[in-house]
Amino acid sequence: MIYDGPILEVQGLAKYYPIERGIIGTIRNQLKRTVRAIDGVSFALERGEVLALVGESGCGKTTTAMSVIGLIDPSAGQVLYEGKPLHEVLRRDRWMRRAVQMIFQDPYEALNPRMTVGELVGEPLEVHRMLPGPAARRAKVLEALDEVGLRPAEEFVDRLPHELSGGQRQRVVIASALVTEPGLLIADEPVSMLDVSIRAEILELLNELRQRRGISVLFITHDLATAALFADRIAVMYLGRIVELGITREVLRSPQHPYTKALLSVIPNPDPRRQRTRIVLQGETPNPADIPSGCRFHPRCPIAAPECRMIDPQLEQKHGHDVACIRV
Amino acid sequence: MALLEVRQLTAEFVVPDGAPLRAIEDVEFTLERGEALGLVGESGCGKTTAMLAMLRLLPAAGRIVRGKVLFEGEDLLDLSAEELRERRWRDLAIVFQGAMNALNPVRTIGSQLREAILVHRTTPPERAAARVSELLDFVGIPSWRAEQYPHQYSGGMRQRAIIAMALSCNPKLVIADEPTTALDVMIQAQILDLLDRLRRELNLAMIIVTHDLGVVAEVCQNVLVMYGGRVAESGPVRQVFTAPQHPYTQRLLKAFPNIENTQGELASIPGSPPRLSQLPSGCRFHPRCLLTTERCRIELPELRSVGVAHRAACHYAEAQS
Repeated sequence: MIYDGPILEVQGLAKYYPIERGIIGTIRNQLKRTVRAIDGVSFALERGEVLALVGESGCGKTTTAMSVIGLIDPSAGQVLYEGKPLHEVLRRDRWMRRAVQMIFQDPYEALNPRMTVGELVGEPLEVHRMLPGPAARRAKVLEALDEVGLRPAEEFVDRLPHELSGGQRQRVVIASALVTEPGLLIADEPVSMLDVSIRAEILELLNELRQRRGISVLFITHDLATAALFADRIAVMYLGRIVELGITREVLRSPQHPYTKALLSVIPNPDPRRQRTRIVLQGETPNPADIPSGCRFHPRCPIAAPECRMIDPQLEQKHGHDVACIRV
Repeated sequence: MALLEVRQLTAEFVVPDGAPLRAIEDVEFTLERGEALGLVGESGCGKTTAMLAMLRLLPAAGRIVRGKVLFEGEDLLDLSAEELRERRWRDLAIVFQGAMNALNPVRTIGSQLREAILVHRTTPPERAAARVSELLDFVGIPSWRAEQYPHQYSGGMRQRAIIAMALSCNPKLVIADEPTTALDVMIQAQILDLLDRLRRELNLAMIIVTHDLGVVAEVCQNVLVMYGGRVAESGPVRQVFTAPQHPYTQRLLKAFPNIENTQGELASIPGSPPRLSQLPSGCRFHPRCLLTTERCRIELPELRSVGVAHRAACHYAEAQS
């Protein structure tokens, strides 16, 4: 039977880190505290879809990605890949690991400087024992390099990372993620280290690949403008929770959550003719060890009401997309 | 007289084997009091080198080939090392990229600010504590936090502390190299508001070095676009961003993701910026330009006027009426 539900389902995912009290703390019987890095995150990713997780540093977007791929053991919740619990599947079945791949942020750090491009892209094939024999592997590597636009592939295959530009390195990173033909790609800030003129072409490449191969992408970024270009849907995170989730155009045109509104209003825009009101939130995101009661956004919220201190709002469908705010 | 006038500033780096690398060539601009100038371009275009050359802070392998840096009419390049040291901090201060990560971790923010004040003897020692509070207050940090250490500050607070330090000797010009690059958008908005307020209240001249065209539009009045070590275009932000005359500026603006226009596709610029060791002949941008002609391959375009205070270095830029 062919499974036709969402490729990835995340339900109530949470990751808590206990804070050590130390000897003195234990003697004094201080309260045990925990950092709630993510605190109940749920979403589904359809086949061939790009979902962007957007938020500021410390909002839990990377922790979410790491938990999905199994690099972090979540404290609660579950992750279903094609309807099956992903972490169990990964433990039992090495083969499944090739199906979920990740692209990391920094193409300067992600590549071993002593390995050639061919070795870097071929390594996943070896690790997953795909395609025996150097000839078949080499052919596959060349194909992957060609696909990410490193042409002619024969010229790139023996180069070392230091001979490549930033954009080319990121293409190598993408090639080595794609060579195992994954169904789900997790891209953690894939363009934030690159110059503007190169960013666009890497996004174009990812877009092309997804259309050609039908890969689903979980796209982690702090930049709403980049998310706007590439994602089908956007999930805005604040302090370990998704506060707004909807179709990209909807979220950008009519943001509902006050946090999303503020975030959109402060993106610097190169068009000086545009007049707009910036909503600059004062202060900073609270410490995830000390999450405010009720709605976690209420201390910085421009429209907070007294009941916001009590009620912890859940994601609900409002005005066409999901919002976690009682004032909407 | 302009506060700062830079003319034909050219600098190169000496390499052990081979010809010296031209990092910047004929960089020119003027800056008035109370004006913020944005210096934009991609990595390696020479924007940081231009700032370092101006302050004579190039690393050992760097040397200034020619040019003038007139600060209140006096050429900084002619000053003795001693005179120049006096000028730095008091007249012009620079906030380096990532400076907020270079605060001394074992000393309080207050004592680091105090040091900056006392070393330059701009405030008598008995007034130093008051001056520290004043500076912190100016950048929006409560004065009790002077007794705290850098690790107790968030990224945004550390950047504020660094800005306070740059202001400690009442400079007339502050150069900020990528002041918001590592910060979140909301914190970035706060810092940009702060810089804009300081410029207005202190009539401070500022040079903001950044790769983010949005930041320039937000806080600068004028902009200088650099490519391959040369000025591609300069002028008032409003004009340059709405009617760019240099093909590089035009394409850079199109490559910049705009939240308002998600339908329009992002146009990347094929190829990559030139390496200093292989600078192209003629116009530096010609290998990536869509409008290249034979002339572009041979003849280096000079910066010429294309509007009121608006200049572009392209053979085919047209003067606007």
